Amino acid sequence: MQISMTINGTDVTREIEPRVLLVHFIRDDLRLTGTHWGCDTTNCGTCVVLMDGQPVKSCTVLAAMADGHTITTVEGLAHGATLDPVQQGFMEEHGLQCGFCTPGMMLTARALLDHNPHPEPLEIREAISGQICRCTGYATIVRSIQWAAEHPAGAAPETTTSESTEHEVHA
Amino acid sequence: MTILEDRPSNPAAGDHDRPIGHGRMQRKEDPRFVRGKGRYVDDIVLPGMLHGAILRAPVAHARLVSIDTSEALAHPKVLAVITGTDLQALGLAWAPTLSMDVQAVLVTDKVRFQGQEVAFVVAEDRYAARDALELIQVEYDVLPPVVDARKAMDPGAPVIRDDLPGRTDNHIFDWEAGDKAETDAVFASADVVVKQEIVYPRVHPAPMETCGAVADFDPIDGRLTLYETTQAPHAHRTLFAMVSGIPEHKIRVVSPDIGGGFGNKVGIYPGYILAVVGSIVTGKPVKWVEDRSENLMSTSFARDYIMQGEIAATKDGKILALRTNVLADHGAFNATAQPTKYPAGFFHIFTGSYDLAAAHCTVTGVYTNKAPGGVAYACSFRVTEAVYLVERMVDILARKLDMDPAELRLKNFIRKEQFPYANKTGWEYDSGDYEPTMRLSMKMAGYDELRREQKEKRERGELMGIGISFFTETVGAGPRKDMDILGLGMADGAELRIHPTGKAVVRISVQSQGQGHETTFAQIVAEEIGIPPEDIDVVHGDTDQTPFGLGTYGSRSTPVSGAAVALVARKVREKARFIAAAMLETRPEDLEWEKGRWFVKGDPSVGKTMAEIAMGAHGTVALPEGIDGNLDAEVTYDPPNLTFPFGAYICVVDVDPGTGHVKVRRFIAVDDCGTRINPMIIEGQIHGGLTDGVGMALMEIIEFDDEGNCLGGSFMDYLIPTAMEVPDWETGFTVTPSPHHPIGAKGVGESATVGSPPAVVNAVVDALTPFGVVHMDMPCTPARVWEAMQGGTRPPV
Ligand code: FES
Ligand code: FES
Repeated sequence: MQISMTINGTDVTREIEPRVLLVHFIRDDLRLTGTHWGCDTTNCGTCVVLMDGQPVKSCTVLAAMADGHTITTVEGLAHGATLDPVQQGFMEEHGLQCGFCTPGMMLTARALLDHNPHPEPLEIREAISGQICRCTGYATIVRSIQWAAEHPAGAAPETTTSESTEHEVHA
Repeated sequence: MTILEDRPSNPAAGDHDRPIGHGRMQRKEDPRFVRGKGRYVDDIVLPGMLHGAILRAPVAHARLVSIDTSEALAHPKVLAVITGTDLQALGLAWAPTLSMDVQAVLVTDKVRFQGQEVAFVVAEDRYAARDALELIQVEYDVLPPVVDARKAMDPGAPVIRDDLPGRTDNHIFDWEAGDKAETDAVFASADVVVKQEIVYPRVHPAPMETCGAVADFDPIDGRLTLYETTQAPHAHRTLFAMVSGIPEHKIRVVSPDIGGGFGNKVGIYPGYILAVVGSIVTGKPVKWVEDRSENLMSTSFARDYIMQGEIAATKDGKILALRTNVLADHGAFNATAQPTKYPAGFFHIFTGSYDLAAAHCTVTGVYTNKAPGGVAYACSFRVTEAVYLVERMVDILARKLDMDPAELRLKNFIRKEQFPYANKTGWEYDSGDYEPTMRLSMKMAGYDELRREQKEKRERGELMGIGISFFTETVGAGPRKDMDILGLGMADGAELRIHPTGKAVVRISVQSQGQGHETTFAQIVAEEIGIPPEDIDVVHGDTDQTPFGLGTYGSRSTPVSGAAVALVARKVREKARFIAAAMLETRPEDLEWEKGRWFVKGDPSVGKTMAEIAMGAHGTVALPEGIDGNLDAEVTYDPPNLTFPFGAYICVVDVDPGTGHVKVRRFIAVDDCGTRINPMIIEGQIHGGLTDGVGMALMEIIEFDDEGNCLGGSFMDYLIPTAMEVPDWETGFTVTPSPHHPIGAKGVGESATVGSPPAVVNAVVDALTPFGVVHMDMPCTPARVWEAMQGGTRPPV
C-alpha cells in the first residue's frame, strides 16, 4: 500500500507492506536511525517520536496509521545548526550516557515543554515515566529538562560550555 | 532533594581532592547522540545485507527428535536455514565458553534451557526472517527439567550435561577461600553467632539496546568484518579466530556505539557466531539483532546465589568472623566470565569493610535447565553478591545485639592506619579511610533525626525504614600473574600520537557503552601533557585501529586502561623533553616541565610548547640518538594490584502497611573512587547504579516455574525502575587515592550497583521490624513484603 506523511518537515510517499511498524518504516525505509527500538511490549519508549506534536511509541503504531500525519524524530529536533534547548540541556546536565533512550526522552521533553513551559520535577518524571533509561538514574534527565525550561531560547554559543554546577557534597 | 554546594575546598585533605584534567566538562560524544547520529549495531546497513533470526526452544529440557526446514526454505525471501546438523558438519555446533566449558551454538542433541538456539534463518528482510521461523517444524521429546539449584545434586536428578564424557551429575565446581579451621575455631568460642540464608535472585542486565551483530565475510580475501555489541572487541577477535579457524589477522571486530552493556555484552552468544556462519554460507553480509524476549531469556543473566551466611561477634559488638556456603546456579552451560582462577569471581571479598579475625567461604556451582551466564549486571565479578551478604549479615547482627547498625559498622571498620590491608581471604586492599565517608553520609542524611522520626512514626503504626550499606569494591582486574580469561592476561594497551600541529589521538583497548571514554581518556591525556581535551581524539571499539587489551567490564576501564593512558602520556612527555632539548640546544636534564611546555630551568621564557615540540619531532631538527622522528608512544599496562573503591549508602523507605508497597523516599550515596577525573560523569555512573540497586531490591527478578518456563522474559514481567520509582539521588564524595595507580583513580562504574541493594533491603527489613522480620529476600515487591508481614516469604526460585 502507499502512504504519505510529513517527516521532519519533508513530505514522503512510500510503498509499504501494511503490517510494517512505524519504527521500522522510520529506521529501515527512511534510514532515520536516531529512533531506536528496545522491547517487544511497548514498555521501553526508546522508539518515541512525535505524531502531530504528541509523543507516541512508534513500535506500537503501524506506518499505515501515520498516513497523513506529521512526524518529528530526533533528527528534526534541531533547527539547522542550532540545537533545541532540550538537546542543549541534555549535554549541559549529563542527561545521557549510552544515548539509546535519549532521542525518545528528548522528544517527550519537547512535547511537555510545548504544553507546559515550566514543569515541576514531578511533572517531568510523570511525563517520562513510560520510558526506561538503564544508565542515568533519571535525576540528570530531570535536570536536563529543567535546564531547557530555564533556557527557552537555548544558550548563546559562547556560553554553551558547561556551567560548573556541583551536585555533590564533600567532607 | 539535591544538596547544592560550591566547589568544595578541603585544605586538610590536600590537593588530591581536585578532579584532574579540566574536571567537569561536557562530554565529547554527546553532540552526535543528541542529534540522533549515534551509530549502533542495528543502524549499520551494508550493501546486499541479509537478516537473520533464531528459532528458539519452547521447553527447558528435551531431546531433539527432528527438524524439518523444507517449508521455511521454500519461502521466497529465505536464502538459508541453518541447523545444528549443518554446524556439526562445519565443526561449529559447539563453542568454548569463557569458563572453559562448551556451549551449543545450535541444538544438536538436547535442549537445555527454554529459549535455547535451535535453528537460524537468513532472509532478505527482518519480517521475512521471522515469518520463516514459523515454518520450521521441530519435534521434541520433553524431559523433566532441573529448575531448583537446591535439587540439582539430588541423587536421581536428570543429568543435564550428558554431552560431556563421563558426566553423571550436575556438579560444576567447588571452590573455597580463607582458613576453615581458623574460622571454625573463632566461631566455636564467640559470644554471639547469627545465621541466615540469603538468596540473591537471578536478575538480568537488560541494557536498552539488545545484543546483535552484522557479519561481513569477504570470500575473496577471506576477511571477516564483524560489527558486534561487545564490551571486549579484542578478546572477541581472538576467540573468533580460535572458534572459526579464520586467522586472527583476517578478523576485524568493530564495536560501534553501544546502547548500554552492564556485563550483558561480554560473552560470545550463539547469535554472533550464527551471523558469521550465515555470511559465510550466503556470501553476503548478515545482520542479527535479538528481540527483548531473546535478550532476557537467553543471554547472560546475573547472580543466582543461595548463600548460607554466619557471623560471629563478641557481645559488645566486635565482629570476629564470617563464613558462608554458597550454592551457585550457573544454568545449562558454565559460561560465566571471570578470571580463570576464580570460578566464583571475586566473591571472596565477602569480608567487606571490616577487620576480622577469620573468614571462610565455599562455593559450589551446579548446572540447571536455565540460561547460562552469571557474571554480569555491573557486578564487579560477584562483588555484588559478596557485599549483599556481608551487609545483610551485619544488619542482622546489629538487630541481635540491639545495636544501631551505623554504630556497629563504625566500631568494626578497618582503620585508616591498617592500609594496605591484607584480609583473611587473600586480598590486599590498597587504600581506605572508611569512617569519614560513613560520617559524611550520616550527616547528609541527618541520621539521628531520621531515627527520631522513625520512632515517632512507629508509635503511630507507620512503617518507615532506614537502611545502611558500607561497601568495599575490588575492581580493575588484574595483575597478569593472577588473572587471565582463557589464557589472555588482563592487561590493556594504549597508543598516543601527537600530530605535527600538536593535536593528539589516543587509541585504547577498552570500549565504552555509555561511560564517556571519549571524554575521560582525553582528560587524562590533557592532564599529563597539558594540551586541552578538545584537541585529543579518543579512538576505541575497532580492533584494526586500537592496541590489544581485554575490554570494559568489572569497572576496569579507569583502573587499567586509564593507567595505560596516563603512562603513555608520560612517555610522550619524557620523549618531548629530549626533542625540546635538541631544539633549544641544551641538555634534557636542564629542562623543567610546566603544563604543556618544557622550559630551561631558571629561565622560563626559553622553552617549547608541546605543539612546537611535535612540529620539531616531525621536522628537520637533528635528534639525539635513540629518539625517533615522531612524538608517539605505546604501552601495555599490567596492574600491580586491583583497586578498592568504597562508599557509604543510606536509604530511607516508607512501606504502605495495607499493600506492602515500598517507596524509596531518600537515598544518600557517598562514594570514594580515589582521584576523580570528571565529577559529572562519576555522578552519572553512581546515579545509574543506584537505580539498578533499587530495581533489584524492589522489582527485578528472572524466575522460573516448575517446568522451567522463564517468567521474566519481557518488560511486562521483568520490571525496571522508571523515573517514578526512584528518588532524586543525594550524592557526596571523599577522596582516598589509590597508591599504585598512576593518577590515583580507582574506578566507579559498578560501585553503586554493588553497594545499593543491601541499603534498600536493610531499609525494608528495618521498616518491618514491628512484624518481627529479620530478613526477607529480594525483590521486595508489594506481594512479598505483604507476605513477610504475615509471617514469611518463600525464597525466590
Ligand atoms: S520499542 Fe519499546 S516501547 Fe517501543
Ligand atoms: S542513556 Fe543509556 S539508556 Fe538512557
